[in-house]
Amino acid sequence: MTDLGAFRAETRAWLEANCPAEMRQPMRSEADMCWGGRDWTFQSDAQRHWLEVMAERGWTVPDWPKDYGGGGLTPEQAIVLKEEIARIGARQPLYSFGISMLGPALLKFGTEEQKCHYLPQIAGGEIRWCQGYSEPGAGSDLAGLQTKAEDKGDHWLVNGQKVWTSYADKADWIFCLTRTSTESKQGGISFLLFDMKTPGVSTRPILLISGNSPFCETFFDDVKVPKDQVVGEVNKGWDVAKYLLGHEREMISGMGLGGGGSLGAAMKPADPMLRAAIAAFDVDALAFQAMSERFTSLWKAGEAHPASPSMMKYAGTELNKRRNELMMAAGGSEALEWVAKQPRDWLRSKGNSIEGGTSEVQLNIVAKHILRLPGA
Amino acid sequence: MLLTDDQKMLQETAANFLADEGSIAKQYRHWRDTHCEDGFGHALWKQFGELGLTGIAIPESHGGLGLGATEAALVLEEIGRNLTPSPFLTTGIVAAKAIEGTAHADRWYPGILSGEAVLALAVDEGPRHAPDQTALDAKRQGNGFILNGHKQFAVQAASADIIVTAARTSGSPGDSNGITLFAVPRDAAAIDNVNLADSSKAGRITFDNVELDADAVIGEVDGGWAPLSRALNVGRAGAAAELAGVAAGAAAMTFDYLRTRKQFGKLIGEFQALQHRAAHLYGEIEIARAAVLKAAQMLGSGDDRADLWVSVAKAKAADVASLAAREGIQMHGGIGMTDEHDIGLYLKREAVLGELFGDVYYHRNRVAGLSCY
Repeated sequence: MTDLGAFRAETRAWLEANCPAEMRQPMRSEADMCWGGRDWTFQSDAQRHWLEVMAERGWTVPDWPKDYGGGGLTPEQAIVLKEEIARIGARQPLYSFGISMLGPALLKFGTEEQKCHYLPQIAGGEIRWCQGYSEPGAGSDLAGLQTKAEDKGDHWLVNGQKVWTSYADKADWIFCLTRTSTESKQGGISFLLFDMKTPGVSTRPILLISGNSPFCETFFDDVKVPKDQVVGEVNKGWDVAKYLLGHEREMISGMGLGGGGSLGAAMKPADPMLRAAIAAFDVDALAFQAMSERFTSLWKAGEAHPASPSMMKYAGTELNKRRNELMMAAGGSEALEWVAKQPRDWLRSKGNSIEGGTSEVQLNIVAKHILRLPGA
Repeated sequence: MLLTDDQKMLQETAANFLADEGSIAKQYRHWRDTHCEDGFGHALWKQFGELGLTGIAIPESHGGLGLGATEAALVLEEIGRNLTPSPFLTTGIVAAKAIEGTAHADRWYPGILSGEAVLALAVDEGPRHAPDQTALDAKRQGNGFILNGHKQFAVQAASADIIVTAARTSGSPGDSNGITLFAVPRDAAAIDNVNLADSSKAGRITFDNVELDADAVIGEVDGGWAPLSRALNVGRAGAAAELAGVAAGAAAMTFDYLRTRKQFGKLIGEFQALQHRAAHLYGEIEIARAAVLKAAQMLGSGDDRADLWVSVAKAKAADVASLAAREGIQMHGGIGMTDEHDIGLYLKREAVLGELFGDVYYHRNRVAGLSCY
């Protein structure tokens, strides 16, 4: 047996022994997602147990270094783990913007102290993070942000407003883009980290068309932030922000994979026209799955174009919107029943091609940075 | 899903060779404009042999390279990019697979390796791909067989030394059991050499009491479905790879045009209406290439999901090559409608390759069937 074969066998046995049956059931609603954090209330002992055993093994972040709470797996091993988790239909033990967004940025730009302090808290699901990027006047034009951080000698004084802050009302800490200089648009941004319990921070949830409120407006009124809570250099936060956006887009593109299974197999469409549309979708979805695997390999090997997450984000989110449209069609009138998960998922999916940079912004980025089209 | 260093080297060799010797001017246009009955150049096929490319799918025990579907895909992508007409896909990949492990391999592999032999595959009997509907009748007669019926869309059949032909020795159309593969010498049947839209050639073959010896049988009598399926699968993956190359070639030509053509005092690539379509096309091509690689890997490892992935790759690559060619013509404007410009040739080629071994609809339906819906 190859090393990878042995790893697969071990992993399979360990998952069998440690993943509770309840955590192998499909999620019924967003409430079944485990986000961790200081104020988290576990839905069940199984949810707690699953997070604890996975975190202890470093498998909430399988490819992070062991020193920072990761599993230290090679890319190949990480794929095997993912496949074995998918094989038994196990739930993701921890949903976390710390894992998908802040962590990679800290690994690249953070000081050793920052890495040792923040990363294990993320891996263990102890601290729940939110992202302070968009502002009322800075959406697609993100670098136009105005939230101000003034240098007050021993601290930063932050004033301003963020919007579309995912789960800001439930988060413990925020990674936040602030303006520390007005001399240059992109060159005057700094990347700050601070506790959401700091005096002067307040949040207000935004009710969406889905009937849920996953986003907030977030207000900063004379918020004092210690000086060492800057990631990367002062006024060079845009580099950190862009790098993190690459990971955010990669993460969002993952929704193009859906649950990983065939939509047609799940829906069993009887109508031949719908079957044809779903088969066309399944071809695109599987091809995207292959792209996702290839992208991950290329990205980890440093062979991917730095702008390629934009292509992935665009393709993945457009695919997810199409999946939801087809699920609504397949579900017929029952898919319209408001108590069900389906209509809310469908409505929520419309935001996929807006959040993290709209489809149009992604296409601009591909045209400019990959295709090098003039004036783009 | 990364290429190995050896694979990257092969890719570079194929890219250089085909961009130079296999260019549109030297091959596609040359053979078309001189009304060549083969539709390809034998000298180039021998050059494939000199470079060892003819042996990619032939086992090392027979003097080939014994490489896999991934290596074949890398070469085919370059063939597609340059629209190079050659027997590489049907002879070197498909027919070589169909005769693998039989006495016919000993007979024909040396000629394939040297780039001298040309083989064809005759499966379809109607305008749409339906291999299990094989009806061509083969009855035992004396020590051999007598064949009556019809085949069409048999690529390069009129140029082939032998035509690997699927015939029915038992059962009825729709049964996969009862199909037998025969090695039919070109002169044994009446071939109408049809000129296709892309100037490639395919045979309409009439079998009117064609008598074959028993040793014309490839593999087992009534057991042709398995080798035929294997040959078709590598053919589909190969056609998908070639389509990905066609798409990439058409797109590269179009993106260049966007960077150089001026209207309204601007480079047309400055218009966002075109930028977004170009960027969308770029992404689709990357996705199609990944699907091709995945299918090739699945074939290589003998994974039981290979059938599914081959159909995904063929359907996706055909879809995307069509998009690339259509967008290419539209973005080139009037010049794209002229025969003088090469972009129109991509449209013709993707249409033929898209049809070969099952079109988009055939393969979407197969994906649905293999996914149990």
